[in-house]
Amino acid sequence: MKEWFRKYLKVLTRPSVHYSLGFLTLGGFLAGIIFWGGFNTALEATNTEEFCIGCHEMENNVYQEMKTTIHYTNRSGVRATCPDCHVPHNWTDKMARKMQASKEVWGKIFGTINTREKFEAQRRRLAEHEWDRLKANDSLECRNCHNFEYMDFTAQSDRAASMHSTYLEKGEKTCIDCHKGIAHELPDMKGVEGW
Amino acid sequence: MKTKIVLSLVTVLALVFTVSADPINQIRKAEIDTTTEAPNIAKMVNDDVKKGRNYPMQPPLIPHNIRDYEVDLKVNKCLSCHARKRTEETQASMISVTHYMDRDGNFLAEVSPRRYFCNQCHVPQADLSEPIKNTFVDLDKVLNKKSEK
Repeated sequence: MKEWFRKYLKVLTRPSVHYSLGFLTLGGFLAGIIFWGGFNTALEATNTEEFCIGCHEMENNVYQEMKTTIHYTNRSGVRATCPDCHVPHNWTDKMARKMQASKEVWGKIFGTINTREKFEAQRRRLAEHEWDRLKANDSLECRNCHNFEYMDFTAQSDRAASMHSTYLEKGEKTCIDCHKGIAHELPDMKGVEGW
Repeated sequence: MKTKIVLSLVTVLALVFTVSADPINQIRKAEIDTTTEAPNIAKMVNDDVKKGRNYPMQPPLIPHNIRDYEVDLKVNKCLSCHARKRTEETQASMISVTHYMDRDGNFLAEVSPRRYFCNQCHVPQADLSEPIKNTFVDLDKVLNKKSEK
């Protein structure tokens, strides 16, 4: 093992004998573009709604529930897709979330939520993961579209305006504290703060 | 005899015409055998101003939009504002004490199951003019009229 490692270290630390510097630098540059581009393309392919609802767990449960809500159908036709809310847009956060998602691949392979009943049994736990994530990043995925700076309180109902101009303005509360279950059904809310 | 036949014919014809001028279904404003275009979905009244009650026992109307409010076995969205413990923060009106009573009048710690489904009695209002004029008369008005006599 040590011998083998030393051999490769020698190759790496000594100048190239057969390949020109131009080939190595330009080739490395091109290969870099191809690999990085390929990586990003693959990553973005997993960041689409088609990919998300490729699993029946997502298509038959959460996706169907979303269809009647305002985040799917509304007067202006602007809608949110799964990754808009469930995957951070910032690159490092996105990578962290994608790594966490390996647990979801595990769940898919072993059928953790492969029936409606199993999904319902896990719903509270899964929902809490999302609430915790949004609570920790101050509802960043909500705010990607719903920017507090540009909210027109005069166009809101009195009730909404009074809540937003106090609790949200002061930072006492963040979006997810009040707006739980806006796009999917809620789990049993026993013991959840504010319910 | 002839005049009788003519008269009856005229009345029958007159009846037929009056019926066709006045469709059976007043709300559709069309004959029952025709297809009409569905009306637009009405905007909901969302001004948070309490509506008057027509009689003391009337369940209060909901003065706000309740689209996608989930009320089922798992969760009751209405109670997240109108429950006793929530009204201080939300300033919503508390559900009345009757909602904490079972049918024998015993008080319970929690909302009675028979009062759990809010929409059985409480409804929001659409921002529309009434298709048929309501002839309901408030009891107070009836009593006032009687005492005037």
